[in-house]
Amino acid sequence: MAKIEPGLYYSESHEYVRVEGNIGIIGISDYAQHALGNVVYVDMPETDDEITAGEDFGAVESVKAASDLIAPVSGTVVEVNEALEDQPELINQDAYGEGWIIKVELSDKSELDALMDGAAYEEHCNNE
Amino acid sequence: MEEKKTCLYDKHVALGALMSPFGGFIMPIQYSSIFEEHYAVRVHCGVFDVSHMGEVRVCGADAERYVNHIFTNDVTDAPQFKIFYGMMCYPNGGTVDDLLVYKMGENDFFIVINAANIDKDVEWMMQNADGFDVKVEHQSDYYGQLAVQGPEAESVVRDVLGLECGELVFYTVKTIEKDGETLIVSRTGYTGEDGFEIYGSHEYIRSAWDKLIASGECKPCGLGCRDTLRFEVGLPLYGDELSADITPIMAGLGMFVKLDKPEFIGREALARQKSEGVDKKLVGIELKDKAIPRHGYAVIADGVTIGEVTTGYHCLSVDKSVCMALIDAKYAKLGTEVEIQIRKKTFPGTVVKKKFYEKHYKK
Repeated sequence: MAKIEPGLYYSESHEYVRVEGNIGIIGISDYAQHALGNVVYVDMPETDDEITAGEDFGAVESVKAASDLIAPVSGTVVEVNEALEDQPELINQDAYGEGWIIKVELSDKSELDALMDGAAYEEHCNNE
Repeated sequence: MEEKKTCLYDKHVALGALMSPFGGFIMPIQYSSIFEEHYAVRVHCGVFDVSHMGEVRVCGADAERYVNHIFTNDVTDAPQFKIFYGMMCYPNGGTVDDLLVYKMGENDFFIVINAANIDKDVEWMMQNADGFDVKVEHQSDYYGQLAVQGPEAESVVRDVLGLECGELVFYTVKTIEKDGETLIVSRTGYTGEDGFEIYGSHEYIRSAWDKLIASGECKPCGLGCRDTLRFEVGLPLYGDELSADITPIMAGLGMFVKLDKPEFIGREALARQKSEGVDKKLVGIELKDKAIPRHGYAVIADGVTIGEVTTGYHCLSVDKSVCMALIDAKYAKLGTEVEIQIRKKTFPGTVVKKKFYEKHYKK
């Protein structure tokens, strides 16, 4: 059974946001990494790139398929998880921890209101 | 369309396989992970349910002449139990399907075709049987098929299934009487490893599957790793590297097209392609980056699109992003620098041989 970490914000397309002050740490949920299978490549934006809620900002690739990453919130990329370049499997091993993908400076925190909490996300997964 | 189920469907579900449609069937893509299953076949042994493949038996006084008419390889005076790989082509050289032809006896051939092409192939074979004294019998509903693949395959089929196949050389077949039926067992496969393909009744295939899984000597493997395994060693998949628009010559499979045969469907067109050259060729491309080229992505050179990716992966055995691609023949020379469009970026790559891992056949 996929882990759903409480306290995070989740999107319907299975990205999460962990909010620390004005920074949002974005990754994909444990449910999503499980559905993808072995992650072999992560296509990430660069520092200072702007991402826009609802638009793709990269992709996570498993052996079999590429899956777009959809930005759950808007903001400026302040850090990308460079460890994923050599160890994309961190997403499989620890989606909410070492498998984070990017950190952004949130441009509009009210966008978080459109996302789901853990309980709502769990229900969303159960209905897929 | 409702997908068909193989005789092992319930066993895949019970093993918790990820199931997905392929070639008109609902098939297991993976049981544990594509990585684990891929390496099991490269290092030990794996078993695949390939019961979705189609089988056709061709017998009759003109069977050899008929097979030579519809098939690009040459079965003339072949020894009994030899197997041939080749294609059926349209008159314009486009590919109907790629197939295996087993010579079971004098004027008696067992033909194995791709699941997705069964209806089309059988119709094509029937249509082109006019004027030949042959019986073309579609047997896909009778046969189930297992592929036992990997360096330990020979001992696994001997010890677990009691099938003595040590004397079979690569691309030969034998029949084995077992449990009151005649099995067809060949030393063939689609992984680049040693291995066997076993054709039998649904009842036999179900019991053989259970024995193989229970033995622990053999990992259940899905179509996910079947594709990564075949891709790495440069084997084509119909629909990707071969199609009605992609001839065997374009795909670099000329060695299976015997133009010295006096006649077969597509011969003139293929002979012309061989002598005059083709405008598109299938090549391998190795990327410098880890981004993964996928089917349909554009290949670019000199600022213009020169073709597209047919299959691509991050190659599991050699840790490189590689693909096969059908491109403008002008750029097909080894070492040519090209680019591949992957989402919003382009990535540089080099044309290489379309074999990314060495086969380990037992010849």
